[in-house]
Parts: sequence; C-alpha cells; structure tokens
Amino acid sequence: MPYLDHAATTPMLPESLDAYVRVARELGNASSLHGSGRSARRTVEESRERLSEALGAKPSELVFTGSGTEADNLAVKGMHWARRTEARNRVVTTAIEHHAIADAVAWLGDHERADVTELPVDEVGRVKVEALAELLAERAAEITAITCMWANNEVGTLQPLEEIAALAEAHGIPVHTDAVQAVGHVAVDFGASGVDSLALSGHKLGGPAGAGALLLRRDTKVTPLLHGGGQEREIRSGTLDVPGIAALAEAAVIAVSRQKDEATRLAALRDDLVERIRAAVPDAIYNGDPVDRLPGNAHFSFPGCEGDALLMLLDAAGVECATGSACSAGIAQPSHVLLAMGAGEFDARSSLRFTLGWSTTQADVDALLAALPESVERARSAGLS
Amino acid sequence: MVEGVKLRVLAAMSGGVDSAVAAARAVEAGHDVTGVHLALSKNPQTYRTGARGCCTIEDSRDARRAADVIGIPFYVWDMAERFHEDVVEDFYAEYAAGRTPNPCLRCNEKIKFAAVLDRAMALGFDAVATGHYARKGDDGLLRRAVDPAKDQSYVLAVLNPAQLAHSMFPLGDTPKDLVRVEAEERGLAVARKPDSHDICFIADGDTSGFLKNKLGSKEGEIVDAASGEVLGSHDGAHQFTVGQRHGLGLKRPAADGKPRYVLSITPVDNRVEVGPREALRVDRIHTGAPVWLGPERTEPFEAEVQLRAHGEVYPATVVPSPKGLRAELHQGAFGVAAGQALVVYDPDAAEHNDASAGVGDRGDAVLCSGTIDATGLNDAAVSSGSAAGV
Ligand SMILES: Cc1ncc(COP(=O)(O)O)c(C=O)c1O
Repeated sequence: MPYLDHAATTPMLPESLDAYVRVARELGNASSLHGSGRSARRTVEESRERLSEALGAKPSELVFTGSGTEADNLAVKGMHWARRTEARNRVVTTAIEHHAIADAVAWLGDHERADVTELPVDEVGRVKVEALAELLAERAAEITAITCMWANNEVGTLQPLEEIAALAEAHGIPVHTDAVQAVGHVAVDFGASGVDSLALSGHKLGGPAGAGALLLRRDTKVTPLLHGGGQEREIRSGTLDVPGIAALAEAAVIAVSRQKDEATRLAALRDDLVERIRAAVPDAIYNGDPVDRLPGNAHFSFPGCEGDALLMLLDAAGVECATGSACSAGIAQPSHVLLAMGAGEFDARSSLRFTLGWSTTQADVDALLAALPESVERARSAGLS
Repeated sequence: MVEGVKLRVLAAMSGGVDSAVAAARAVEAGHDVTGVHLALSKNPQTYRTGARGCCTIEDSRDARRAADVIGIPFYVWDMAERFHEDVVEDFYAEYAAGRTPNPCLRCNEKIKFAAVLDRAMALGFDAVATGHYARKGDDGLLRRAVDPAKDQSYVLAVLNPAQLAHSMFPLGDTPKDLVRVEAEERGLAVARKPDSHDICFIADGDTSGFLKNKLGSKEGEIVDAASGEVLGSHDGAHQFTVGQRHGLGLKRPAADGKPRYVLSITPVDNRVEVGPREALRVDRIHTGAPVWLGPERTEPFEAEVQLRAHGEVYPATVVPSPKGLRAELHQGAFGVAAGQALVVYDPDAAEHNDASAGVGDRGDAVLCSGTIDATGLNDAAVSSGSAAGV
C-alpha cells in the first residue's frame, strides 16, 4: 500500500520496535530502589544520554513526556506561567503553528487573559523575522515567551530559528521550538540553535507514538503541567514509560545518524514526485519554499478540487496521503497555514500533502502518479461544494 | 441498476441503526461501498445533542464506528451551507408564509438525493444508499416498505425518476425490529440507539421557540372563523399549523364545549382563525407542479393519496395537469396543511388479494406527488394562496 503520509506518522524502525519489545518484557519502575527499579532507571538514563547527545543537548536538559503535544504544552504554558507578571503577560507565536502550540497559546489567551501576538509569514510560509524585530523594539518587556516551529508540518517550510533566537536572546526572552517534524529529518543541534526548549515526538521519526521529549535548558524555568511523583526534575511527574523511552531513543539515534543520507535520498524522490505532478497537472500550485523545506514534504493545491474529495479518490485507488490541515468533527477546514500564506479560501481547501519517509520507495511515487491524474479530473468535476 | 452487478455505492450514514444496517447490506450484496456522514451544521453543538438526532458529533462518531465495524472507508462531507440554504431557510420561509413544511422531505429532495448524489456521481459512484424504509420495485417504481409503521415512501416521493434510479433502500423489505436484531448480530453498537423523530436542526424539539427566535414575535388575534369574534391573542401566526388543536391558549371554551382547531393562517394580517373540527374538512386539494415517478398521466384516474408523513390514506380521483394535481377525495380529510406533500399511490392489489404475486413489485407504488397549495370543499370556492383551510 503506497503510504505517503509519513508526517502524520511513520512506521517504527525495526530496531526501535525490538528495543520496545525487549524492554517491555522487563519488570521495573524507574523510581524504585531495588534491583528491578535500578535496571529500569539505567535503561532510562542510557536512553537520555544517547538521545540528548544525538541532538546536541546535555542529558540533564532532556525531559521525557507522553507526546509531542505534551512537550509543546509544557514548554509554552510552563514558560509563560513561570515568567508572567502584571506587566509581562504576552506570548508571541506564529500564524502557522501546529495545534499543539496554537491551541495551547489560544487557551492562555482565552482562559488566562494572556496577550497573544501572532507573527505573520511570507508567501512560502516562512515567519517574518522583521515583524519580531519590530515587536521586540516596542514591547520586549511585555513578553513572557516566544514560540516558533522548526519546520512546518503542512507545507514543510523551514523557519529562521537562529535569527529568532538571536533577537530574543538580546532581550532575555526564552524561545521554544516545536521541532516535531524536524528531528531526524533535518540537522538539529539544540545547543547551537540558541533556543531554550525544543519539543520532539517519537512517532514522527521511527519511534512509538505516546513517547515524546522536551529539551530544556537548565536555567529556563517552567511551571509544571503535571504534579505528582516528581519524576523528570519535578517538571513532569508520572511513572516513566521505560519501553517507550528506550524505543524513542533508539529510533532517534538511528534517524539522526542516517539523517544526511536519508535527506538526500528523500529529496531526490520528492523532487521526482513534484516534477511529475507538475507535468501531469500543469495548474497545480506547489506550496511552501521550493528549496528550504523538509526533504520528504511535497504540498500542492489543485485548483477546483476539494482536498477531501481527492483524498478519498486516492484512498480508493490505494494511495494514502493527507490534506495536511486539521479537521473539526471530521470536516476539513481551510488550512490556516495556507490562509496565513495568503492563499484564497478555495486554494486553502484544495490542497494535498504528500510526505515521504524512511520506508518510501520509488514504487510509492509511481503509484501516486498512476492514480493522481484521474483523481484530479474526477475531483474537479465534482467541484468545490 | 441490475441485480448482481457490483456497483460503487455511497452509503449515507447518519449515525443511526438504519443507515448502518443499510450500508452493511450494500456490502453484503457485493457492492463496493464507501460510508459518508453528512455534516449538516457548521456548529454541531447548536443542533440536537443526545443520542437521537442526525447532526451531532456523537452521531458522526457513531457513524464512523459503524463504518469501521462494517469495514468500509468513511468520510464526513460538509453539507452545512447547502442544508442551511435549502432546508432551514425554506423551513422559516414556509412558516412565515403560513404553510407547514416537511424538512425531511426537503432534505431528501435537495440534499441527499441532489447535492450528495450529484457529488457522488461526479466522483465516480453509481448510487447512493440510505436507511430509508421504502422499496424499489423490479419495475423501478418507489413502493411502500414492508413495515407500514416505518414506511418512508412519503418523504421520498419528491425524487424524480433519475434520482430514484441512482438510489438504494436496502431496508425496505424488513421490519424495523428485525433491523435492530440484525444490527446486534452484526456487532453494530448503534443497535440500541433510539430512533430520531423530531426535526434534527431544532436542538430542543421546541419548534415554536425556534421559529420565534428567527421570525420574531408579533401579537395577533385568534378569531372565531364563523362569528368573527376575537377569542384570544398569539405572538406570531407562524407558530401555528392548520389542524392544530393544542397550544391555542384560548381562555373561553366554545359554546358547544367542543375543541377548537386552527382552520387558517393569514400571515399578511397575522391572523389565526379557529373553529370546530367539521370546519377543517376538505375534499378537494390542489398542488403545485407534480413530480412523476410512475408514467405520466393526462387523464383523471383513481388512486390513494397521502397528505402528511405517517398520515392516513384517502381514496381519491386525481386530475393531473402539468401545472398541478387536483385530488377529489371520496371522503373528507381533516387538518390538511399547505406546504405538505400530496403523494399519490397506486394501491398494491396483489398485496391484498394474490399472495403469489412477485415479491419484487409489492407495496403501494408512488405515482406522483406535489406540494399542497390550496384546499377546499367540492361545492365551495377553493381557498388559495398561502393559507390553507376552508
Ligand atoms: C509540528 C507538530 N507538532 C506537534 C505534533 C504533536 O505530536 P504528538 O502526536 O506526539 O502529540 C505534531 C504531530 O501531529 C506535529 O506535526
């Protein structure tokens, strides 16, 4: 089955699955003091060391979480709570964040009366750094935290994080980045990036879902979301998921070690896919930055087609992909990312995202191209309702 | 559609037991089935909540669960805008004009077997299957379901032959209680979900409040039709339906102590006329332009007519014309409201007389239908225009 939806989730690497199964057979709570507990703790700490090293972080900077979403919430809410005062109550985000960030920030606005500033993006979906510079010139003292994703999950555009981190640092404002789509797919060095915290998720890089992590500088304060047994430096309570952690670390270490070669391989496949889609559907719009993007991401609008209808037709033809945008009660909403990039409502509803991953082969791309032209024609005749 | 041919079928799945079993049966008949839940409200919370409506998030989840159990792909189609324009706005407009619309019928006519069917056809499907209780005969006619209490041929009678040709009603040959048993056997969790009865877009079932909200309230008089005496007041003529007996709020009983009924509604002067049940009697009904499901006729013919969903059936002489039908009822009918459909059936003689008749063509067949415009008595002038009644 041609699967072109690796940004939604990617298969577990065999090594990661093996690690999971091996560790899951073992008994032990990593907080217990006896032998079983010590053995579990050792697995956790080895995983912490391997994972942090692969990402240019120190072991003490790594907090295991139950998902990418949790890591994002912990960072954004936690930093805001830790730093807010009467005069400092503003969170800065971007117009293209995943819901794990966007909704957490919106919640701070709606329920905690935080002021929210959304940085705009240009037509390829890159955050406008000038907008942040202007904002900082006027209101730096009001800002608790800045959050900006590393790579966009819909259109794949890489973000100017180093510039953002440099600007923020001058004002002493912490920066969080949602790097869930980036880790294992592009080079990520936490220490060199200049950000204060970084979220990642197991199931986007060949590990299990329900395992995530937050890289967090030691001097960056966050107020915890979860209170309890005080695990993970009292920042994230909850009995550690030892097999999940072992499998996450295994997958991340392998993905990072193969990242360069894999990026080259996927970008070549992706470029072939893009070229052939453009030939087959000449009016298709290739969204996002044509160069500076995730190697496995291709995102198109097909004018006159509803993304949903295309998705259904491709699914019926055995090809799995995504519209890329969120849905509410199963109803596709026009993509907020495309709208922020200046697309009209119709183009924002007529998009499809094809994402390639470690198990993708040329045959998957060929299968898509075999099914796509007829599907586009059909979807077009059904029109936009 | 030929028996035994594998078709690409779009099963409309409301989240209820009927449409789930209908989809499962379509699969079992060998078709290539895709389930679709129609999202009819932009804001699902504002429509009915609880387990009995057709447009809530739970319903959408129930439909998805059923599709998963059946093992078919499932999608949600956003039909909220079309539904609002063609069904909800029509509902308001009809009441505002003193008529009584049937939104389920309108939804079948404009949404399920129009917008949805058109889209399905464009996407390469051959037919739309629903959980309606009705049969399609071997002769292609729309017929009543086996289960008379569940029969929904009335709300499907507005379909034209082309729409009907691309429709499937897999439940028409089964009584409802057996459909529930079958759902249970198939492991469908919706097996015990209660039936939906009321209007799906009126969250609390309070039609009068819903109309008041949109159309506003304006005080008007309730008048005795015979004497012209003012009996009471109301806060909007659109709240009433011809034939309505309850909720008139009249303090004084009629002189003869008998209940009074709404006889007519005149929106222009916001006037509601009431009178005794005898005054509701009509035996002549006019409709707007008919839709023919059977062969079109030009000469008067004998048939049975039904004047509202699950209503009584009246023998009548039907006088057709391209502009409208006229039905001369052999006995009077009571409480006939403009805006409802008049559906003309050819009674199934075989069903009553000849048990050996082919099962494929059983059940009363729908010949044609039209929207009721005006009613009257044979020997009196027919009242016309927006208001129904004597
Ligand atoms: C950019 C981004 N952030 C956060 C998440 C959420 O991660 P998780 O699925 O681990 O909660 C996702 C994945 O859906 C994502 O793509």
